[in-house]
Amino acid sequence: MSVTLRLAWRNLWRHGRRTWLTVGAMVFCNALLVFMISTQFGSYAMMIDGTLGVLTGHLQVQEQRYNDEPRMRYTVPRATELAQTLRESSGLAAIAARGSAFALASSEDRSFGIQILGVQPTSEPLVSNLPGLVKQGRYLDNNNAAEIVVGSVLARNLKIGVGDEITFLGSGRDDSFAAGIATVVGIINSGMTNLDRSIAEIPLGYFQSIFAMDDDAHSIVIKVDDLDDVAPLKQAVQSQLPGPELTVLDWDQLQPGLRQAIQADMFSAFIMYAVLIVLVAFSVLNTQLMSVLERTREFGVMTALGVRPAQLGRLVLLETAIMSLLGLLLGCLLGGLLTAYLGSVGFSLDGMKEAMERYNMDGRIYPQLSLISLLGGPAIVFIGGMLAAVYPALRLQTLQPVAAMRAV
Amino acid sequence: MSEYQPSARILFTLAWRNLWRNYRRTLIMLVAIVIGVWAMILFSSLMSGMVDEMVRGGLRTLPGEIQIHHPQYRDDPSVANSIHAPQSHLLSQLNQAPVTGWASRIKVPAMISSERDNRGIQLLGVDPAQEISLGFDPADIVEGRFLEGPDDKGLVIGRKLAERLETGLGKRVVIMSQDPDNNVADRGIRVVGIYKARLQATEEMNVYAGREVIQKMLKLEDHVSEIAITGGNFRKVVDWWPSIEQAAGPELETLPWMALDGYLESMMEMQTSYNIVIMVVIFLALSFGLVNTLVMAVFERVREIGLMMALGMRPAWIMYQVLLESLILLGLGLVVGNALAVATILPLEGGIDISAVAEGLEMAGMGATLYPSLQISDMLMSTAVVLVLGLLASLLPAWRASRYNPIQALART
Repeated sequence: MSVTLRLAWRNLWRHGRRTWLTVGAMVFCNALLVFMISTQFGSYAMMIDGTLGVLTGHLQVQEQRYNDEPRMRYTVPRATELAQTLRESSGLAAIAARGSAFALASSEDRSFGIQILGVQPTSEPLVSNLPGLVKQGRYLDNNNAAEIVVGSVLARNLKIGVGDEITFLGSGRDDSFAAGIATVVGIINSGMTNLDRSIAEIPLGYFQSIFAMDDDAHSIVIKVDDLDDVAPLKQAVQSQLPGPELTVLDWDQLQPGLRQAIQADMFSAFIMYAVLIVLVAFSVLNTQLMSVLERTREFGVMTALGVRPAQLGRLVLLETAIMSLLGLLLGCLLGGLLTAYLGSVGFSLDGMKEAMERYNMDGRIYPQLSLISLLGGPAIVFIGGMLAAVYPALRLQTLQPVAAMRAV
Repeated sequence: MSEYQPSARILFTLAWRNLWRNYRRTLIMLVAIVIGVWAMILFSSLMSGMVDEMVRGGLRTLPGEIQIHHPQYRDDPSVANSIHAPQSHLLSQLNQAPVTGWASRIKVPAMISSERDNRGIQLLGVDPAQEISLGFDPADIVEGRFLEGPDDKGLVIGRKLAERLETGLGKRVVIMSQDPDNNVADRGIRVVGIYKARLQATEEMNVYAGREVIQKMLKLEDHVSEIAITGGNFRKVVDWWPSIEQAAGPELETLPWMALDGYLESMMEMQTSYNIVIMVVIFLALSFGLVNTLVMAVFERVREIGLMMALGMRPAWIMYQVLLESLILLGLGLVVGNALAVATILPLEGGIDISAVAEGLEMAGMGATLYPSLQISDMLMSTAVVLVLGLLASLLPAWRASRYNPIQALART
């Protein structure tokens, strides 16, 4: 062990309580940062999965104008064939064609204007979690049957149950009059009122015949397992599209609000972190400045004995580094353990449930511990602590041995 | 022998002078407290502003702070669940303070079709004068005009809906809904105005028509779907809600906005608890420094404290003196921190442009401008948190200072 290191270590424990209080401030801040950043990442992942998993998917092939102006006539030609081609070329099963139209849905008692989706009964369950939420009856199983599944609130408003019929009126792709009668085979209960109030799905084949779609659809929805696969897959799909009128959109383009909501949240959280880190840096500054000032005589003696001011500066920085390192290790350990525990069991916050429903999340948050969330915050606290020690260290550079030795 | 009793004045002088013996340390701590207090108030005022804006926006869409419905209407918003227009006692309640505006309106789901496309919408049959008293701003009409009376035969639709339907001013559209006998009623109607709203979803959903025209189309006679009432201040609604509820009678459902929109209510609740959590977290980060400063201040004065005790100062007074030092430090920090926060927030109250993330905020129900709102309650809360927790944190060093044995303390070098 070098002399400087030994000196620094011993100096720190001359005031054990003060050192521990400063280390404590860093441990507290670091553990909090690890936990908060992990919770943020965890809830972002849930927001993305929750929002995209319902219907949107990660990528969609659409007619290039459809996303901005969702009109009936902006279609993807021969959509089921294209979906099949994409499934084969990408090796990904979760690819499904979908049509979408507005119609007036009527039961015997009630009528509501709703959006009807035409879906592929075999592929849809792979891209959307709604088919899995059929709580009464069953999901669609025949591509051409006159069957429909509806949300639970819509079913209640229409006063219908499984086995009843729904009539719907709308206009087809060629502006012709479109009408159909379908039997309710299942009722979806997602627990999210807005969705349960509006969702209605019929088989794509039946949808195409009613809305004069030939074999077109409005989108081909692709769901991936890992968000990192989105960008390469987007390029691969783009190159296989039959014509320039089609385009591939990723989730960021399909749901621009989502990324911005995450950015807005990140921004406000980072200001909060910055304040915490500044406060801890002040704590370090205070401690180190005090410990330098109270050793003025000692430093005077040391310089008189031939120690150069630069070495004294290094000594002070080394003391801070040891302290910050202790804070980093203990903080990461504490924060990591807490986060890992909560990450496995999850935790819920009262009053957050309704806010989270907006992003289709259930009430529990699972923090996601990663290398970045574990070390990112504490590393910045470490740097902040080191910066705070620069001023005390610089003060030593102008130390006059004789005056210093006489100081009280 | 009477014991020496230092006056509060002497204690204060001692504490004050002790603080400035090591002015660097005191100043650093003071700056930390100021930053902490400033951040506490800034955060909570941004949060309050955000939530206020969401609630106000939500109430403009709802609209009103209190709504009266048929008990089944909220579950099943159909024309069958309609109510009479306000009469006698309720009417007189609505026309006196604190009610500043009210509207009886029809609100039913409907379909709208242009020659190009069709959409599901919410059809509002309104009296325009009442809607304006409720908060509809005629300046939001971007093309054409707003309705002129409850018998106006025109239709006012949102900008986004007009775009979706590829229709425009002067064009005819067809609205379809259902009368109480479950027959589909439809009517061709001319678009006379196009409005803009804060949220795109509103522009796509709400379509305004004359109330009498819709009553005739849906064979509703004088029935309406809801009575919406506003009193201006959404925080005070519980004060006057009972009198309205009583006037409306038990057959009707009279609910304040908190019950009508659970999301808004949970946002309000979340705001308060979130503010306290932030304040406590910031304070905890601060408290380590505070305790450190006091521990050091006591430590370097051990001999002096021993001397004071030897001269007859009682341990309790030593403790008060250290607590007073902490109190002065916190008090100074609070004054400067609060002043700084006010100075930062007031110029920003005109609004901060956050349109860069507008779509994300729209998902949460907010607009593109953030108006920080400085609440006295937030300032008081941060002051309370800092003073109470600050004194608690100072108790340990203060208590330790009073426990020294005078002889040992004097013998310390």
